[in-house]
Amino acid sequence: MKKNLLIMAGACWLAAQLSAPTGSAADETKPIKIGAIFSVTGPASFLGAPEAKTAQMLVDKINASGGVLGQKLELIIKDSSGSPEKAVSFAKQLIEEDKVLAIIGPSTSGETMQIKKLCEENQMILVSCAAADAIVNPLAKYVFKTPQKDSQAATWIYRTMKEKGITKIAVLTGNDGFGASGKKQLEELAKTEGIEIVCNEVYDKQATDLTDILTKVKGTPGVQAVVNWSIVPAQSIVAKNMKQLGMTIPLFQSHGFGNRKYVEQAGVAAEGILFPAGRLLVVEELPDSHPQKKLLATYKKDYEAAYKEDVSTFGGHAYDAILIVTEALKKAGTTDRAKVRDAIEGLHGLVGTAGIYNFSATDHTGLDLNAFEMLTVKDGKFTIYKK
Amino acid sequence: MENGSLALQYLLSGVTKGSIYAVVAIGFNLIYSATGVLNFAQGEFVMLGGMVAVTLACFVPLPVAIAGAVAIVALVGCLLEILFFRKLRRHSVLHLIIITIGLSIVMQEAALHIWDEKVRSLPYFTGNEVSSIKFLGAAISPQVLWVLGTVAITVALLHIFLKYTLRGRAMRACSSNPAAAMLAGINISNMRTLSFGLSAALGALAGCVISPITMTHYEMGAPLAIKGFAAAILGGMGNPMGAVVGGLMVGILEAFAVSWLPAAYNDVAAFAVLLLVLFVRPHGLFGRPGGESVREH
Repeated sequence: MKKNLLIMAGACWLAAQLSAPTGSAADETKPIKIGAIFSVTGPASFLGAPEAKTAQMLVDKINASGGVLGQKLELIIKDSSGSPEKAVSFAKQLIEEDKVLAIIGPSTSGETMQIKKLCEENQMILVSCAAADAIVNPLAKYVFKTPQKDSQAATWIYRTMKEKGITKIAVLTGNDGFGASGKKQLEELAKTEGIEIVCNEVYDKQATDLTDILTKVKGTPGVQAVVNWSIVPAQSIVAKNMKQLGMTIPLFQSHGFGNRKYVEQAGVAAEGILFPAGRLLVVEELPDSHPQKKLLATYKKDYEAAYKEDVSTFGGHAYDAILIVTEALKKAGTTDRAKVRDAIEGLHGLVGTAGIYNFSATDHTGLDLNAFEMLTVKDGKFTIYKK
Repeated sequence: MENGSLALQYLLSGVTKGSIYAVVAIGFNLIYSATGVLNFAQGEFVMLGGMVAVTLACFVPLPVAIAGAVAIVALVGCLLEILFFRKLRRHSVLHLIIITIGLSIVMQEAALHIWDEKVRSLPYFTGNEVSSIKFLGAAISPQVLWVLGTVAITVALLHIFLKYTLRGRAMRACSSNPAAAMLAGINISNMRTLSFGLSAALGALAGCVISPITMTHYEMGAPLAIKGFAAAILGGMGNPMGAVVGGLMVGILEAFAVSWLPAAYNDVAAFAVLLLVLFVRPHGLFGRPGGESVREH
């Protein structure tokens, strides 16, 4: 009996030692938890993999220089593989178990729409890296996004076309969510921008050859340009097929073309492709006085040194998301979620990779048309398109 | 673009797609003829062939890379047969078909882990991404001629193998009457392994030669398998020539469907014609009656 009592006392003492706070400085050394849901593997990994790498790299950099508000950041990355179901279950986990301050991501619009309501109901800050307009429209108090809007990309394409005197075009879109969103924007904006779509085709995103559809475009009289709105590999296949068919009219692509790998895949056929994108891809051409130059140049250097691969605009969306959360934290001066949320809406003139952010109570994207630049491909490199 | 050239262009575009389907359908045909199994992992053999060749092409010249890819994938095909099919005691063909579906999923995921999701391709065998051969107002990429050439040589070689060599004749014997073949001393298991290996090799070669056109990525297997399967059925199982005709027909039908239907319906057109042909000739255009029934070994 006495021996048992002794053992029990010893166990209690041990437990007390392990669970006791280490001192009055405990609250300041507890890290600020930020959750992240990215599609690191699976079909959307061209988005999620650079996003996860960028987020981790930036958080490590911030921690190395002391963290935020004297506390280190802890990034909890969950790999959703592009699956909306996994995104929902990870979101629940991050909200209920990990009790994070904010969630960064997901990488795709489909996943974001699934967790939008969940985050809003739980008053969890969500800074999505996906582009669909529906994420911020209708507006939800706690939901923000970092990429530019599809409608802004379409507007840039149409304005450039008008400058070149193009009025009749063919629109080709992939049959996935991204293609459908692009098609909708292109069709809606065509009327107001004075562009006539004379050929409008949707193709299977896994198509291996698109010469039949391009033959149809070739056979439609009066087509002056082609807009292709899809992801890989169709982006490269359309470019190659057009040249193989001897078509000389200009090819416009969506902002999904923002990675040098796609230029490599299309090879010589990529020359002259026009597409709107953030300035990250042409940072060397920016004058030193440009507000984004320093941030972009540093990001590009750090990323390419750390991961030995080309930087892409997609990774930049995660950079901006982390930046927004940390800047809001500094502005609010506290880790209280409601106050940080208010601080995000008060961010003005915040220089990010995608552009300069100006949030407000009615604008949860923060970017305007100037966030985009019209780029083209020359000698296998991205360069700013000059009229 | 005037109507004659336009029609010719649609035809050439159809031939481009059709040649890709044909080269996949030949592999389907071969395994089916020899073993009665519909190998739904055939698309993955095509994918693996392209992926391995792209990796090897970083170290060795292109022809060596292709030869290496074909050899490696043939080995993989043989190994899969030995590991998964030989050990089965009571193997009904239906079980084997379902196993091939499972294998295709495993191979796809394995490729994703080994190579990641990026899209790759082999360089064009002649010319580059913009070369095109102009012909009466229409144009085609030279790579398509390579695909057609490969199809022609493959069909010819298969024909010689199946008709004139001992092994080939043994394979045909297994497919027409397994019991009698066994009595004649032919090792059915070895024949099946050989047919898988050969089919994998053909798939890999297909994967290499179509890679510049379609681009190679881990997910390309499944849609190719579906179209290749449809082409093989249309042409009729049991005849390699049928696979080629079936493939070209499916491709040309799709291309012409695009000319008067919205492009989103081109699959509908191809499969509608497939169904129509099967109603009239259930064993396909060139198939032999009785050659397609599911057999128990």
